[in-house]
Amino acid sequence: MPKSGPTPKIIRRTALVGLSAGAALLAMPRLGRAADETIRIGFPTPLTGPFAAEARDQVKCAELAVKLVNDKGGIGGRKVELLVRDDKLNAGEAATRTLELIEKDKVHAVVGALSSAVQLAVNEVTRARGVIYVSISQSDTINEAKDFSKYTFHEALNPHMTTAAVARQTLKKGMKVAHLVADYAYGHEMLRGFKRAQAAIGADNVGEILHPFGAADYSTFMPRLMSMRPDVLCISNFGRDQANAIKQAVDFGVKQQMKIVVPVILHNQRLAVGPDVFEGVVGGANYYWGLETQSKTAAAFNAAFKAANGGAIPTDYGAYGYSGVGSLLAAMQAAGGTDTDKVVDALEKLQYDLTKGLQHYRKCDHQSVQSVLVLESKKKSAMAGDNDLFAILANDAGSDDMLRTCSELGHAT
Amino acid sequence: MDLSLIIMQLLSGIALGAVLVITALGLTIVFGMLGVVNFAHGALFMIGAYAGLYLASLTGSFWWGLLLAPILIGAFGMLIEFVLIRRLYGRSIDDPLLLTFGLSYILVEGVRIVFGSDGIPFPTPPQLIGVVDLGIGFFPRYRLFVIALVAVVLLVLWLTLEKTRVGLIVRAGARDPTIMQVLGVDIGRVWLAIFGLGVGLAALGGVLAGPMRSVNPEMGSLVLAEAFVVTVIGGLGSIVGAVVAGLMVGISISMVALFAPEMATIVMFALMAVVLLIRPQGLFGVRGRTA
Repeated sequence: MPKSGPTPKIIRRTALVGLSAGAALLAMPRLGRAADETIRIGFPTPLTGPFAAEARDQVKCAELAVKLVNDKGGIGGRKVELLVRDDKLNAGEAATRTLELIEKDKVHAVVGALSSAVQLAVNEVTRARGVIYVSISQSDTINEAKDFSKYTFHEALNPHMTTAAVARQTLKKGMKVAHLVADYAYGHEMLRGFKRAQAAIGADNVGEILHPFGAADYSTFMPRLMSMRPDVLCISNFGRDQANAIKQAVDFGVKQQMKIVVPVILHNQRLAVGPDVFEGVVGGANYYWGLETQSKTAAAFNAAFKAANGGAIPTDYGAYGYSGVGSLLAAMQAAGGTDTDKVVDALEKLQYDLTKGLQHYRKCDHQSVQSVLVLESKKKSAMAGDNDLFAILANDAGSDDMLRTCSELGHAT
Repeated sequence: MDLSLIIMQLLSGIALGAVLVITALGLTIVFGMLGVVNFAHGALFMIGAYAGLYLASLTGSFWWGLLLAPILIGAFGMLIEFVLIRRLYGRSIDDPLLLTFGLSYILVEGVRIVFGSDGIPFPTPPQLIGVVDLGIGFFPRYRLFVIALVAVVLLVLWLTLEKTRVGLIVRAGARDPTIMQVLGVDIGRVWLAIFGLGVGLAALGGVLAGPMRSVNPEMGSLVLAEAFVVTVIGGLGSIVGAVVAGLMVGISISMVALFAPEMATIVMFALMAVVLLIRPQGLFGVRGRTA
């Protein structure tokens, strides 16, 4: 190997350094690992497909979290590296990429995944290999006892938290509620959450329509939804499905008849279809940049993101990338390295405040207890600037009361 | 289930079918006349939507976008035919298929680089915002406009093909290009025009779909699958087939959505399977027609 050969001349030396760097690149996993200095975090996310906009924001924010730690000298002198992989929003693809990250790239932990089905696949792989996984998908099936392991952490909000907060703001006793729901885990869980909240408030369910995931046209569901004559229409889908469904509902004059409510209101989708369409739509969120007037942490996070991204503001799903990776790195810092058991311990004890206030992982199911925002999309004339998208209707402080109980999830208590 | 709901549902299906028809039409014309399976059709649909949006914002009017984008993208289609497709005539059907498949990736990636991969808002033209009271329910004005416009385009296209000399040459050229050449017709120019027309129709479909769906670089891939299903059901190369099958698929999706909404997308593939079992050449296809 050129690396170990004699290096009498400077020129030859630089040439050899170049050569060995080239060789290292070619045989990357093997040579890169030899030193085992860097801490590697695997980051599967759907860079292509209908959630691509959200996924890209996640990557930007995850990179920011890594950069901030590296700027401070890394963890115990070790640099952190983020290995981003496109899971293509496909469970099989995600499982393969995750397995590669663990076996070939020897990552120390995995953070990521956006879709619930993909998160399940990633969790299955990491659980079997005993690798820590911090999920930033809005589904909490992995918190339930059957899928849970001590390596499983859930940083994102869950359906129960957002639907309860949104329902509290929008539903009243005796109101009629209809649902348009994406026919896969995310939609089903959001529907379950809304129905539970609805029952508690005393609102009536007048009907549910399940639509195929990723449909481009929602017009065919509108006549029936309108014939149900509800006061509130809950649209439980994600990404471009949300933008398209709301747009077409508005085209059909749905908003004149009823209020539109979503479990999670998405920054990027609001941008994709414009203020007129989203005007008055209410939804839950983990983060909104406008929180900076209420929270010093939010202001600091916004500033760091702006500095690293040419003045752009962080989005809701982006913030997950930051807090997911950030909390893991904070735990590694506290554990003094990457020893899995020590990091798990540290994560369980961690109190972290990265984007919006204090958060912690609940011991029994590793769900992050955190605040929930309820946002209303502003009308065009009320927007102070291009980024002034939402009004904050509520900022519910994090508490265990927001979550399903540990016994409900099947954990021994 | 009351009657007005069923009629509203039927209308939604026709509006959905209208976009399918206009998109499948371009695909089927190009296949029928040139024997080219254009896998870039969906990407050109998407480019059409972006071009329409861009031209509309440039001129301040949706109508200029609607008029100019299909012409401009149609001309771009002619350039594609002239520079790329032309060289592959007479070779196996796979060659242009692979070429256009590659082209679609380049187009999608190009749009991602220029406009980003987030969707862009495409506002409904102000004159067509809102709903029309049909007496039995409200229906979006814009969708009624789409149905009407597609009907007009179909009529013009049919009259041109059936009643004019140009139409005669095109139809004859599709049947026997060699004889046409012997008769002194420059068949290369006919093919150039046909490919341009096919691409222009894809772009028109894109502009029309813009205000209904979010405009994003991937919007063509789903449409491509739908257009192929419609083309296969109608019979490859058949214009009447594309129209009938497009409406059939739209209405089936809509009616199934009423009773079993989860099945709404699958129904078009089920329809295709049934048609292929009974009539492998499609409803209006000619048996044994190959490229």
